[in-house]
Amino acid sequence: MSLSNIFNIAGSAMSAQTVRLNTTASNMANADSVSSSIGETYRARKPVFELQAPSLEQVTNVDAGLIPGQGVNVAGIIESQAPLRTAYEPSHPLADEKGYVHYPNVNVVEEMADMISASRSFQINAEVMNTAKQMVQRALTLGQ
Amino acid sequence: MAITFDKALGIHEDAVALRSRRAEVIANNIANADTPNFQARDIDFKSILQGVQGAHQGISLLKMMNTNTAHKDTVIHPDYAAELLFRTPMQPSVDGNTVDVQEEMARYTENALGYQASFDFLNRKFKGITSAIKGD
Repeated sequence: MSLSNIFNIAGSAMSAQTVRLNTTASNMANADSVSSSIGETYRARKPVFELQAPSLEQVTNVDAGLIPGQGVNVAGIIESQAPLRTAYEPSHPLADEKGYVHYPNVNVVEEMADMISASRSFQINAEVMNTAKQMVQRALTLGQ
Repeated sequence: MAITFDKALGIHEDAVALRSRRAEVIANNIANADTPNFQARDIDFKSILQGVQGAHQGISLLKMMNTNTAHKDTVIHPDYAAELLFRTPMQPSVDGNTVDVQEEMARYTENALGYQASFDFLNRKFKGITSAIKGD
């Protein structure tokens, strides 16, 4: 039944947005985690979303043309390739022999915008789920 | 006079089924609002409903277009016509996504209202039939 599918679709979107919020939280928490070598420095993490394709048994169905995707999937989490910020701080305990420390490539403003976008998307999908719930509840009262 | 459910319930039985399918399609659009290269989809509610209705009456309203004299004037089965169409985006986006969340939300709500309306009609029909059977 397609109405109960909406719960899966909106649920997958809500969990994907939660992953996005988690990476944002991790990035913000580590925004100032300095390191003395480039390789060890924290890099901003971003989730990559992809369409969750319908399963094989659904595609072989008669009305295959009417089956949309089954929500959203987190394909993976990538590390940002933006250049790291290097600062000359000889007094810093983690400074290398030349006096430099490496800051993560986390853009705090970008992360804040990402956080708001993720929380709004979560909210909208919760609303979609709520409406679907009302529709199912109504369907149960047919003939009463 | 024979009473059949098809005649008694009319268009609303099919409408409710189609509305719930459309809700799924739009919910999927909203879920993929942040997915790169995702293209928003929707169904042509009116033409599919006409096709499904026609199939009940033995005639299909989903005729193929004749652009060549060799084309046969046959009809499309409603199941084949029930394909998902792509939405024309209002404005381009950097990641190739064509979902406009506000617009989808409006369509989703409108669809839910249509569902409710068709459902209320169905409910009244059932109440009418019930009182006709009881006769009080």
